[in-house]
Amino acid sequence: MKILKLIFITFLVFSLNYLNADEIDFQNKITKNLRCLICQGQSVYDSDSEFAISVKLVVKNKINAGLSEKEIYNFLTEKYGEWILYDPKLNKNTYILWFLPLLIFLFGGAIVIKKFINIR
Amino acid sequence: MNNKIFPIIVISFFIFIFFIFFKGLNNSNTYKPSDNENKIIPKFSAYTFFDNKLVYSDNIFNQKKFYLLNIWSSWCLPCREEHPLIMNLKENSKIEIIGLNYKDKDKNAKKFINDLGNPYSKILLDEDGTKAIEWGAYGVPETFLIFENKIIKKYIGPLNSELILEIESFVK
Repeated sequence: MKILKLIFITFLVFSLNYLNADEIDFQNKITKNLRCLICQGQSVYDSDSEFAISVKLVVKNKINAGLSEKEIYNFLTEKYGEWILYDPKLNKNTYILWFLPLLIFLFGGAIVIKKFINIR
Repeated sequence: MNNKIFPIIVISFFIFIFFIFFKGLNNSNTYKPSDNENKIIPKFSAYTFFDNKLVYSDNIFNQKKFYLLNIWSSWCLPCREEHPLIMNLKENSKIEIIGLNYKDKDKNAKKFINDLGNPYSKILLDEDGTKAIEWGAYGVPETFLIFENKIIKKYIGPLNSELILEIESFVK
């Protein structure tokens, strides 16, 4: 009986832990994609500046209020601009950034195919 | 024929890349936040500094006049420097100055006000810094000029006499 109780308690503790960890993981995922605007090359997750501490708290509050990841990003870009996101959105300023690798890949592929045909 | 086309493509490709980077060289790589975007002020509620009452932002910025929201803290040295300027700005009746006390200890903040004077018509409390984030602030000191629920101008860092003149020219 005692063992059963012990197992039950350990199970309970672990399951609670798991729930909590899940929420923190989600918060970390978001804060890792946010630039700490007053630091040099650090994410909000990495930084312990007053700004980053507050942003972490805001993100936590927004998660608790039931906002989705995208809504939180929108909220912060509205306040601080696109720069706060590490992952830039596709717009007219960034389309070279997004399409250049693809272009280079196609170019390389074309060379490879050409060589292959020539060999044959 | 094949031998001629290939170098041309490679050269044009490198010229293309060169121009992208060359253009990029001229762009400034230091990030500067825009300071006048005519953003609508956030809605929030906060406790007041002296009597600890809950107030809503709708009831603070509701009149048709200029408001100056100043984020300050007793531990922030530049805030001490700009404080006399804000005290002078208090004389201007067209503008209402509201303070947001950022991550401060009650005792220290009261000492700051007692020592240097109180230019604020209201002081709101922001104990964890979340209200400053709602405003889109970076830290202390930071000042927002507000008219008809819109942020006209944002001053990051301490105010100086030139910026005070600029604020007064806005208010005129």
